[in-house]
Amino acid sequence: MNRLRAWLRRLAGIVPTQQQEREFSAELESHVQLHIDDNLRAGMTPKQARREAILKLGGTESTKQAHREGRTIPFLQTMIQDIRYALRQLRRSPGFTITAILMLSLGIGASIAIFAFVDAALIKPLPYADPTRLADVAEHGVAFPRSNLSYLDFRDWQRLNKVFTSLEAYGGWGYLLQTPSGVEPVTAARVSDGFFRTLGIRPILGRDFYSGEDQPNAPATVILAYGAWQRRFGGRKDIINQTIALSGTPTTVIGVLPEDFQFAPRGSAELWTTFHEQINCEKRRSCHNLFAVGRLKDGVSIQTAQTEMAAIAKQLEIQFPGSNRDQGAHIGSLSDLIVGKIRPILLVLLAGACLLLIIACVNVASLLLVRSESRRREFAVRGALGASPSRLIRQFITEGFVLVAAGTFAGLVAGAFAMCLLLSLVSKDMLSSMPYLVHLGLNSHVLLFAAAIALLAAVIFSLTPILRLPTAAMREALNEGDRGSAGTFWRRLGANLVVLELTIAVVLLVGAGLLGKSFYRLLHVDLAFEPDNLSTLYVSLPTTTYNKDELIVTGAHKIIDRVSTLPGVTSVAITSVIPTNGNGNTDWIRIIGHPFHGEHNEVNEREVSASFFKTIQARLIRGRFLTDRDDATRPRVTVINKAFADKFFPGEDPIGKKYGNGDLAPDSIKEIVGIVDNIRESSLDEEIWPAEYKAHNQDADSYFGLIVRTSGDERSILPAVAAAVHQVDPGIGTTDEQTMQQRISSSQTAYLHRSAAWLVGGFAVLALLLGVIGLYGVIAYSVSQRTREIGVRMALGAQRGTVYQLILREAGLLTAIGITAGLLCALGASTLLRGLLFQIRSWDISTLVLVAIVLGAAALIASFIPARRAASINPVEALRAE
Amino acid sequence: MGDKTDVWQGTLALMVLKTLESMGPLHGYGIARRIEQTSGDILSLNYGTLYPALLKLEQEGAIASEWGVSENNRKAKFYKLTRAGRRQLNQEARNWEQTTAILARFLAPSEDAS
Repeated sequence: MNRLRAWLRRLAGIVPTQQQEREFSAELESHVQLHIDDNLRAGMTPKQARREAILKLGGTESTKQAHREGRTIPFLQTMIQDIRYALRQLRRSPGFTITAILMLSLGIGASIAIFAFVDAALIKPLPYADPTRLADVAEHGVAFPRSNLSYLDFRDWQRLNKVFTSLEAYGGWGYLLQTPSGVEPVTAARVSDGFFRTLGIRPILGRDFYSGEDQPNAPATVILAYGAWQRRFGGRKDIINQTIALSGTPTTVIGVLPEDFQFAPRGSAELWTTFHEQINCEKRRSCHNLFAVGRLKDGVSIQTAQTEMAAIAKQLEIQFPGSNRDQGAHIGSLSDLIVGKIRPILLVLLAGACLLLIIACVNVASLLLVRSESRRREFAVRGALGASPSRLIRQFITEGFVLVAAGTFAGLVAGAFAMCLLLSLVSKDMLSSMPYLVHLGLNSHVLLFAAAIALLAAVIFSLTPILRLPTAAMREALNEGDRGSAGTFWRRLGANLVVLELTIAVVLLVGAGLLGKSFYRLLHVDLAFEPDNLSTLYVSLPTTTYNKDELIVTGAHKIIDRVSTLPGVTSVAITSVIPTNGNGNTDWIRIIGHPFHGEHNEVNEREVSASFFKTIQARLIRGRFLTDRDDATRPRVTVINKAFADKFFPGEDPIGKKYGNGDLAPDSIKEIVGIVDNIRESSLDEEIWPAEYKAHNQDADSYFGLIVRTSGDERSILPAVAAAVHQVDPGIGTTDEQTMQQRISSSQTAYLHRSAAWLVGGFAVLALLLGVIGLYGVIAYSVSQRTREIGVRMALGAQRGTVYQLILREAGLLTAIGITAGLLCALGASTLLRGLLFQIRSWDISTLVLVAIVLGAAALIASFIPARRAASINPVEALRAE
Repeated sequence: MGDKTDVWQGTLALMVLKTLESMGPLHGYGIARRIEQTSGDILSLNYGTLYPALLKLEQEGAIASEWGVSENNRKAKFYKLTRAGRRQLNQEARNWEQTTAILARFLAPSEDAS
């Protein structure tokens, strides 16, 4: 206890107070006075008495010093002294300090921001109970390695498997919800009864689905997502057991999910219901609309589960050859499903940020080296005056730590800012598919990471100048003459560091060039339609009123007619899926007259209005487009795309040919009337699939996309289009209002490519800048060290041109080595990028050449300035100065 | 220097505590004189070393100080023993007695030494 108390008091004593100092002076004075009194009484002269008293005390100053040290902790005290001295030193050279802190904060800020994303997406476990045991369960089709699961298959899998403790399905859905501002389509998800129990999620209010609540005879119930509960129902607790109308069906609210609940595959779902109301698709084994999540039994690996589920799928294939031909099983980990796509990009970005950090550290280290060089004499003098080597080293370490502390603090601020900026660039839709990014921030992981970086940097920065100052040689430094040799040492080390910087800059530049080029190619991929001036939205007709195909068709026509009257609108069309949305919504076809063995010929299936091709300005290759006369009263017709013709009719004329579904059901037979160019239905980086365009008039769906071509601004007309749709029937819901260009540039593919290209591009520019500054520093320092040599050369008759050559050759050599090493490393590094590249090889010659030219030019400019200075040296002054 | 000082500081602290116990509140000079006198002037104390010892004892809470006036009307800082200090004194005195007793037994001329 006493020890502790003493320590605390000494700790408090670190803050030096004048009062303590004064008090002790007074005490000593009274001590001396008392002693003098005694001595006088013993018969000494006053002078003698005073002398004897002070002698006996052992000197006032040394006593004071001993007392002072006793008051505090000497180690901390000197540390504070060192810090104050370091701060004073840094203040004295603000240029150095600001540059160093700026570079450090840049490197640290960038790596912290990226690390925060990595942490949120890849390091933190998914917010479910024991998330590593959760598996993503799907079917495996010929065209899709991971395809939707059919409801009937799911039930069989659930019943037959022995690898999962539970296997539950989920699927996307939408409801029309009556709100004060009209009918709104609300994103929902339908799940099997044990879905939340499998994830290990419990509602914070109300209850989970009972088992059996997903059966057709069960009452309709819904669980609300927390956000929906807050936003749509005001967070009222009495919402439980109330009945709300979902697309006209009275449904009881039974629970509310926790605020931090997230399920990325259905990230935007606001309402969670069960499969109790079976839709048509779920009655057919050939219709695939679900995915599933399973909890692996203890000791069962993903591979074991894959083998077992594949065997079950095989069994079903034998049992149901028509629907299940080639339908295998796909089992993966749930975390791969959720973050698999973003993982390579984040890792590339993290690598980029770390390279930038290395450059920044190297630059600061070189600055420190230069500084230690110019401070050799100062330290030699301090050493000569009696500072111990350990104390001098401590001074370096303190300065390194002070720099790093300032840099880290600034870096944290910059990093937090960068995080907000990056997050604000993510669109809301995108964020709903990456819900794990919501809790992004300066959490303990990120702070720990920052601390680790800071510690590493501090060690590097305190070691660099110490290496430079072998204590034994310190006395020699007092001697002016040995400057030359010291300069060579530094030049060699500095040069190596600069080559490293330039190498890293080349790697980053090449990476950025490749990513930028693939992003450009992605945005300029051939669409085979004209995307400008198109406004788009999705329309959902309430099935309670529009319960017959004829009603849907008339409704759709009313909408087209109404929207066509808007000013500026030149053409209006509908399609079941708006182009560039992605491959999917497929049909299995069988061509009449072609051999058929039950294989699944998968084609994209789109139902479009007659005006569709004209509106998006697609090119007709042969035959004719659909017309409004192709309605339910006439034989079914389709237009196919070029890929369809190439794949299924090689060397044949498809026009007039007929095809249907696998068993050629009479109502599925269609005649091909035209061939259209390969309209990009797939997302930008996917391949073009065969596609069929059926007449919406002949095969109507109550949910469809509306595409409007305007002569004016396509963005400003969007609200008017939505309003016009509501004028047709206020019960109609509209959603996802965007221009076609927005769809293209905000698609996930484009987003991922864009963010990768921009961020790596940013890193590369910074790296180029820092690398070139580093080169400038080295050359400038070399010139300043060689002033005398250059002076001698000029005095002996060297021309200015020769001096330029001398300096530029030195810079050119460093740059050439840096570029060569960089290009070699870039070749290796860019093969790692391969997965992120689009229509570009990882050894794209033009990118490599361009990078070499850019870096070479920048390096030339950076070394030209010191070369100019060298050439303008006045030989007389240069010689006199030494 | 270190070890020796520590031992010295330890014994010095004990002497200070004992002095304060027998004499009551006393200023630094008085304590120093008293220690010298008690030792029969064998110990020649550098008075300056007393003050860090006093400071340490005060930080540990064994003694407390306040300003007062000396017998010959000089302002001086007086130290007095606290209750914790009294406990510490008893404890350390016992330890010291034990140590010296053991050492004495070691140093006593052994019977079979010849």
